[in-house]
Amino acid sequence: MEKLTKLTSKTTVLPIDDVDTDQIIPARFLTTTTREGIGKALFADWRFDAQGNTIKDFPLNAPGIAECKFLVAGRNFGCGSSREHAPWSLVDFGIRAVISSEIADIFRNNSLKNGLVPVIVDNDTHQWLLANPGAEVTVDVEARELRLPTGKTVTFPIDNFARHCILEGIDQTGFLMQNVDNIGRFENNRSWQP
Amino acid sequence: MGGKTLFDKVWDDHVVVPENEQTPAVFYIDLHIVHEVTTPQAFDMLREKKLPVRRPDLMLATMDHSTPTVPVNDLSALDDPAISAPEPAKQIRQMIVNCEEFGIELHGFGDHHRGIVHVIGPEIGATQPGKTIVCGDSHSSTHGAFGALGFGIGTTEVGHVLATQCLLQRKAKSMAVNITGKLQPGVSAKDIILALIGKIGVDGGTGHVIEYRGETIRGLNMDERMTICNMSIEAGARAGMIAPDETTFAYMKGRDKAPQGEDWNIAVERWKELKTDADASFDKEVSLDISDLEPQVTFGTNPAMVASISKAIPKIDDLSFNKAINYMQVKADQPMLGTKVDIVFVGSCTNSRMTDLHSVAKILDGKKVASNVRMMIVPGSEALKSQAETDGLDKIFTAAGAEWREAGCSMCLGMNSDKLGKGQLCVSTSNRNFEGRQGPGGRTVLASPETAAASAIAGVIADPRDYI
Repeated sequence: MEKLTKLTSKTTVLPIDDVDTDQIIPARFLTTTTREGIGKALFADWRFDAQGNTIKDFPLNAPGIAECKFLVAGRNFGCGSSREHAPWSLVDFGIRAVISSEIADIFRNNSLKNGLVPVIVDNDTHQWLLANPGAEVTVDVEARELRLPTGKTVTFPIDNFARHCILEGIDQTGFLMQNVDNIGRFENNRSWQP
Repeated sequence: MGGKTLFDKVWDDHVVVPENEQTPAVFYIDLHIVHEVTTPQAFDMLREKKLPVRRPDLMLATMDHSTPTVPVNDLSALDDPAISAPEPAKQIRQMIVNCEEFGIELHGFGDHHRGIVHVIGPEIGATQPGKTIVCGDSHSSTHGAFGALGFGIGTTEVGHVLATQCLLQRKAKSMAVNITGKLQPGVSAKDIILALIGKIGVDGGTGHVIEYRGETIRGLNMDERMTICNMSIEAGARAGMIAPDETTFAYMKGRDKAPQGEDWNIAVERWKELKTDADASFDKEVSLDISDLEPQVTFGTNPAMVASISKAIPKIDDLSFNKAINYMQVKADQPMLGTKVDIVFVGSCTNSRMTDLHSVAKILDGKKVASNVRMMIVPGSEALKSQAETDGLDKIFTAAGAEWREAGCSMCLGMNSDKLGKGQLCVSTSNRNFEGRQGPGGRTVLASPETAAASAIAGVIADPRDYI
């Protein structure tokens, strides 16, 4: 995955609560066996009508969207299905951080494995971001901080290990592979076998 | 120091390397269920890194999400555009190749135990108390009904388990859901879980592993317990668990992968310890009395937007709420009862088991599906299909005018040809009423198998209590 230490960018705002991963990428796009070009399917049914025409007032269709690397979303973003295609499609589209007051567990976990930073902020900060689309903010993974153009700085929680992987741009499989001896010992010493 | 919860006990038993401030725990997985949709990229990762599957014997593989629900006697049937689109067909073929190459036994077409991932695990006895069970599917919480810890993972983590049989995990918080009271006739486990999600919200369980407790749970059979644990994720919970008891053991005994002979007795003794200690405490507790519970139906676009069938939809002035109501073309202050229905879908990992099929048959017996309704009944596995046929249920279904199909996820998520058309309204026994979940523009009303059957006969959303 691509490393990220600190990034300043504009936000795009999707002020809907409980956006599920079926909206982020509908199931019919999960028939792919690769990740290539998956950003095209991002929010497919909200970006395009049944005939494939662009829905102009959807935030991700706004002119200049390519400059917006951060998605500010309503509460509980990414609930529902565990499909990793959701963060894959966001990253492929160009999004590097999702900012909300609450982000669903599995989506958050999947995001961290793909260099998509889940930024959880307090309600006041969230409300300010929802009300100010296009604001230029800084996500600083190193410092665990989100900086607003108002001068306000808030810290966000991020697991130490996941943060390390994002800062270095490394995947977690290698770390697990370093534990093969521990895993073998565990398997041999169990009081029962599955 | 207080005692341990059921979750604590299963967690502690699987820690290979404990978590600390810098790193999550290396956490062992006893059963990994793999299917065609969320694994191809993980197998590719193994190829890139030249890694084998560490424990092919702890994998359970099947095909369910994008498979057609018409018979596939021969793979060439997938080339027929009336049976499958090219992309899912390619994915199905890739799954066969991946399992062969990595030495994983696949329950594919023609196998008695091909079916929905969360149906076949328990069915063959691979799902057992105290196991850790994962799958690239969020409804892995289903397996918690047996006192296992089951949770959904993404494709990167599927790769982790294939390669190392482990995941990197932080321990979740614990939450007790105490359920008391006796269910009224016509009201079932699906209504309990929908009511609970309505009460705590789609994020009410976020960060937590739920343990369902109380007299009501003890009185439920395994199919019903699975329905409840299945939808834990719809409350945002990491997993849902129920302590095993005699009901659990009676269900499991004699199944293919369950311990046999003396091993069975040893296992049962171990499993009996899998319960929350009297002096243990939870991070969060919720109670629900279901004595007066009515059948539940959803009216919006997430499972927490739910109401008793005869009660009016609430009126809430909120952007997200109004967006949902508009999408569903329903009105606040009016009940869902009487809303015209186009499709009725009975199936999915939530409600496609024998208890569900019998409940539907009981209501459909001797009746006809309304002329404006297409009713599809999709059993959870091929084994369930033959069991239902042995019980004569298929004859009741087809005589009523319902379609009796092959096993799979089908219209729960519309990955094969079973989809809703734009604007169509479906009363569905599945688990998600998200926008377009069952097909672009389709409208889903989640309900119990009883409510689905009653609505199929009435042609409108109907109260099952009028049909029993």
